[in-house]
Amino acid sequence: MDYSQFLAMKQEIGLLVVFLVVFLYDVFMPRKGVAADGRAYVKGTSLVAVISFAIFTAACFLCPCIYEPASAFGDMYVTTAVAATIKNILNVGVLIVLIQAMRWADSDIQVVRRGEFYQLLLITLFGMYLMMSGRHFLLFIIGLESASLPLAAMVALDKHRHESTEAAIKYILTACFSSAIFMMGLSFVYGLTGSLYFVDIASALSTQASTGLLTIAIGFVMAGIGFKLSLVPFHLWTGDVYQGAPTSVTSYLSVISKGATAFAFVVVMVQVFGQFYTAAWEWMLYALIILTITVGNLFAIRQRNMKRFLAFSSVSQAGYIMLGVIGVNEMALAALIFYVLVYIFSNLAAFGVIQAIENKTGLVDMDSYRGLCRTNPRLSFCMMLAMFSLAGIPPFAGFFSKFFIFTGALNQGSVAMYVLVLIALINTIISLYYYLLVVKAMYISPDECKVPAFKSATSERIGLVITVAGVIFLGLVSCIYDSILALCGVA
Amino acid sequence: MLFSNILIYFVVIPLLMLGGLALCRNIKQIRAVAVVGSTILTGLSVYLLVDYLGLRAAGESAPMLYCDSWTWFRDLNINLSVGVDGVSIAMLLLSSIILFTGSFASWKIEQPKAFFLWLVLLSTGVFGFFISVDLFTMFMFYEVALIPMYLLIGVWGSGNKNYSAMKLTLMLMGGSAFLMIGLIGIYYQSNAPEHTWDLLKIAEYGVNADWQNFLFVVTFVGFGVLGAMFPFHTWSPDGHASAPTAVSMLHAGVLMKLGGYGCFRVSMYLMPEAANELAWIFLILTGISVVYGAFSACVQTDLKYINAYSSVSHCGLVLFAILMLNTTAMTGAVMQMLSHGLMTALFFALIGMIYGRTHTRDIREMGGLMRIMPYLSVCYVIAGMASLGLPGLSGFVAEMTIFVGSFQEADTFHRVFTIVACCSIVITAVYILRVVGKLLFGPVQDEHHRQLTDATWWERLSTATLIVCVAAIGCFPNFFANLIKFTFDGAIFRAIGLN
Repeated sequence: MDYSQFLAMKQEIGLLVVFLVVFLYDVFMPRKGVAADGRAYVKGTSLVAVISFAIFTAACFLCPCIYEPASAFGDMYVTTAVAATIKNILNVGVLIVLIQAMRWADSDIQVVRRGEFYQLLLITLFGMYLMMSGRHFLLFIIGLESASLPLAAMVALDKHRHESTEAAIKYILTACFSSAIFMMGLSFVYGLTGSLYFVDIASALSTQASTGLLTIAIGFVMAGIGFKLSLVPFHLWTGDVYQGAPTSVTSYLSVISKGATAFAFVVVMVQVFGQFYTAAWEWMLYALIILTITVGNLFAIRQRNMKRFLAFSSVSQAGYIMLGVIGVNEMALAALIFYVLVYIFSNLAAFGVIQAIENKTGLVDMDSYRGLCRTNPRLSFCMMLAMFSLAGIPPFAGFFSKFFIFTGALNQGSVAMYVLVLIALINTIISLYYYLLVVKAMYISPDECKVPAFKSATSERIGLVITVAGVIFLGLVSCIYDSILALCGVA
Repeated sequence: MLFSNILIYFVVIPLLMLGGLALCRNIKQIRAVAVVGSTILTGLSVYLLVDYLGLRAAGESAPMLYCDSWTWFRDLNINLSVGVDGVSIAMLLLSSIILFTGSFASWKIEQPKAFFLWLVLLSTGVFGFFISVDLFTMFMFYEVALIPMYLLIGVWGSGNKNYSAMKLTLMLMGGSAFLMIGLIGIYYQSNAPEHTWDLLKIAEYGVNADWQNFLFVVTFVGFGVLGAMFPFHTWSPDGHASAPTAVSMLHAGVLMKLGGYGCFRVSMYLMPEAANELAWIFLILTGISVVYGAFSACVQTDLKYINAYSSVSHCGLVLFAILMLNTTAMTGAVMQMLSHGLMTALFFALIGMIYGRTHTRDIREMGGLMRIMPYLSVCYVIAGMASLGLPGLSGFVAEMTIFVGSFQEADTFHRVFTIVACCSIVITAVYILRVVGKLLFGPVQDEHHRQLTDATWWERLSTATLIVCVAAIGCFPNFFANLIKFTFDGAIFRAIGLN
C-alpha cells in the first residue's frame, strides 16, 4: 500500500491532530480543578480546544495546498477545491460554535465532562468531512454515521434535564431509522448497477432507462438524507430535539450538521443521479421544497420557546437551501454554498444571544424577551440583526444570499421554476412575520423585562462580534461571493 | 473615482448622518445633525437641479446624466450604477425637502436618537433608490427604505400601532416579493447580449416579448402595492394613522412615490409593449382607487384617516396618469407626485401639530380652531385648497395636466375612466371643505382647547417651507414641466411609439 496517499487527506489529518491534542490533554493532564460537587477536572480544556481549532482553521485557509484536487484509496476519497472550501466554511462555523459554547461547557454542571463535548464534536466534524469527500458509498456511510451517532450523546449532555435525555433518544432513533432507509435505497442501487462507486453507478445507470425500482431507490436515498436535513415530512424530530438539547448542541445541529448534510446531498444527487434529474427526482425535490418551506414557516409562527422557534425556522431555511440543489447548475451551487455560509453566521448570532440569556437566567421563551431592548440593548440589537438577516432584509447578508439563491434557481428558466420561486418568495413574507414577532417582543412591547441587565461573558461577546460582523459584511463585501462563483466555475 | 460623482453623496451624506447620530449624546446634537444633514441634502439637490438644467440647455441628450458605474458583484454583472434624469431629480428634491421639514416636525420626539437613526436609514434607502439605475441596487435600496417603517410605527406610533405596523410591513414586503421575481425575470429575459441589471441597457435592447406580459404584471403589482393601488391599498390608512408625524410625512410624501416612480421607471420604461397591451387592467384598478379613496375619505372622522384615504386617491391618480401612456399625462403624473408629496406632508405635519395640542384627531371633538391657533389653521386651509385643486397652488397644475393628457385618449374606455376619475375632484372638495368647516370654524367643542397655543418657531419653519414649495409649483409649473419634459421626449419613448 502506498501510504503517501494519506497526504491527500490534509484537512482530515489536521482535524485528527486537533482531536488528539484535545483528547490527550483532557485525559492525561493532572486534574487540578474542583467542581462544585467535589469532582476533579482538568483546567483549560476549553481554551486548548478553541485555540487548537482556531489554529487549524486559520491554517486551512492560508495553506494553498489543500485546494489542489487529489484522491486516495482507489478514488474512494476525492478532494477538490470546492470540497476544501466547504470544509473551511464548516470550520469557521464550528469555531464560532466552540467559542459560544465555552461559557456553557465551563459551567459547574458541565465542567467535568466538557472534554467529551469537544471530542464528540470533533468526531462528528470528521464524519462530515468524509461525507464531503467520499466518492464511494461505503466511505460516505461511515461519514454519515460518525456525523450523527456521537451527536446523540452530545444531545444528552445536559444529564440533569430529562428533556435532554428524551431528545437524545428521539434523535438516535430517527438517525438509525433514516440510515436504514438510506441503506435500503442503496441496496436497490447496488442491485441495479453492481457498484458502490459514485462514478460507476452513474455510468452504469446511463445505459439504463428510468425504472420504477430506480425511482424508489432515489426516493429512499432522498428520504434518508431528508431526515438529517429535517425536510418536511421527515422533520418531526426537529422541534423536540432542538428544544431538549443543550443550546450549544442545538446551534451545532442547526447550522453545521445541516449545512454539511446539504452539501453531501448535492454531491449525491448531482454526481450519482444527475442524469435522472428530470425523469426521477426533480418533482420529488420540488414537492419537498414547497412542503418544507411552507410547513416549517407555518409551524414556526406558533412557537413560544426560542429554541423550538428556531428549530422550525431552520426547517424552512433548509427548504431555501434545497432551492440551490434543484437548480442543478454551477450558479445554483455557488448560491447554495453562499447561503449556507450566511445561514451559519445569522443563525449562530441568534443562538449566541439565546445562549447568553439562557446561561445567565435560564429563560428561553419569547415572552421573557419582552422589553429586552431596555435592559440589554446590545444583545437585542444583535438578535434583531440576526432576525433581519434570516428574514432576508437588506443590507444584511441574508438578503444577498436569498437573492442569489433565487437567481440561481431561475437560471434554469422553466415556468415551473418561476412558480416555485414565487411560492418561496411568498413564504419569505410569512417568515418575516414571525421574525418580526421577536423584534416586536424586544423593541415594541411595553412590558417590564424579566431579564435583568447583565454583562455577558467575554467568550459570548467574541462569538457575537464575529457573527454580527459576518451578518453585516458577508453580503456587502462582494469578493466573497465572487470567489465562490469562480470556484464553482461560473465565468 | 467613487467620490467624484455628485450623486453618490446622496447616499454618503445620510450614511455620515447615521454615524454622527450614533455618536450624539444629547438632543441638541441630534437636532443639529438632522438639520445640518438635511439642509446639505436639500442644497445638494437644488444644485443638482440647476446644474442639470444647464447641461440640458447646453445640448446634452443622453437619457440619464451624471452616469457612473462601479463593479460590485462581477460575475453576476451587478454594479453600483447611478444616473439621474429630470424625474429622478424632482424626486430627490422632494425627498430632501420632506426630510428637512420632517426633522423640524419631530423636534420634541421621545427617544430622539433611535428615532432619527431609523428615519435617516429610511431616507438612505429612498435617496439610493432614486439615484440607482441598476435593478439590483435599486431593489436593495427599496427594501432598505421599507423595514425601518416597522420600528418607527411600532415604537413611536399611536393607536392600534402593533397591528398597523405589522400589516404595513408584511403587505409592502409582499409587494417586494413580486418585485423580486419580476426583476430577476427581467435580468434573464432581456434581449441584451449578456445578462444585465443595467436599466439603460435593458431599455436599449428591450425585454423578450414572450415574457413581457408576465414581468410587467408582477413588477407593476409589486410597485403598485407601495403606490397604494386598489385592492392593495389597505395598509395605507392604518399605517398612516398609526405612524408618528415625521414618518407619516416621509411615508405619504416620499415612500408612496417610490411606487409610482418604480412603476414608471421599471414597468413602463423597460416593457412598453406589455404596458400598451395590459394598461387597461391597471387603469380599472387605479380608477377604482381614485374614486374609492375619495369616497372613503368623506366618511372618516379621524383626521389622519381622512388624509390617508385622500392619499390613496391622489396616488391612484399618479398611476392612472402613467398608464395613459402619453407625454402630457405622464408629465402630469410626475407633477402630481411632487405636488401630492409636498401637500400631504404639509397635511400630516399640521395634523401632528394639532394632535400634539388637542390629543384627539376626531373631528367631532374639535371646532373653532381658527380663533385658537390661527397660524396652523390658515396653513390647514392652504393645504386643503392645494388638495382640492385651487389654481395658483400645486394641485391644480398637476391634476389639470393629468386630465388634459387623459382626454387625449379618445376611445370610449379611456373616456369613461377619465370622466370617472375627474369626479374625484368634486368628491375631494366635499371632504376637504367638510373638515375645514368642522375643524376650523364653528363653535369651540372643548373648552380646554381655548388655552392652547399657536405654532412654535420650528413648526412655523417646517410648514412655511412646505407652503412655499406648494405655491412655487403652482405659480411656475412651466419650470417643472421643462425639467421633466426631456425624459418623455427621449429617444426611447419615441422608438416605442409613445406619441
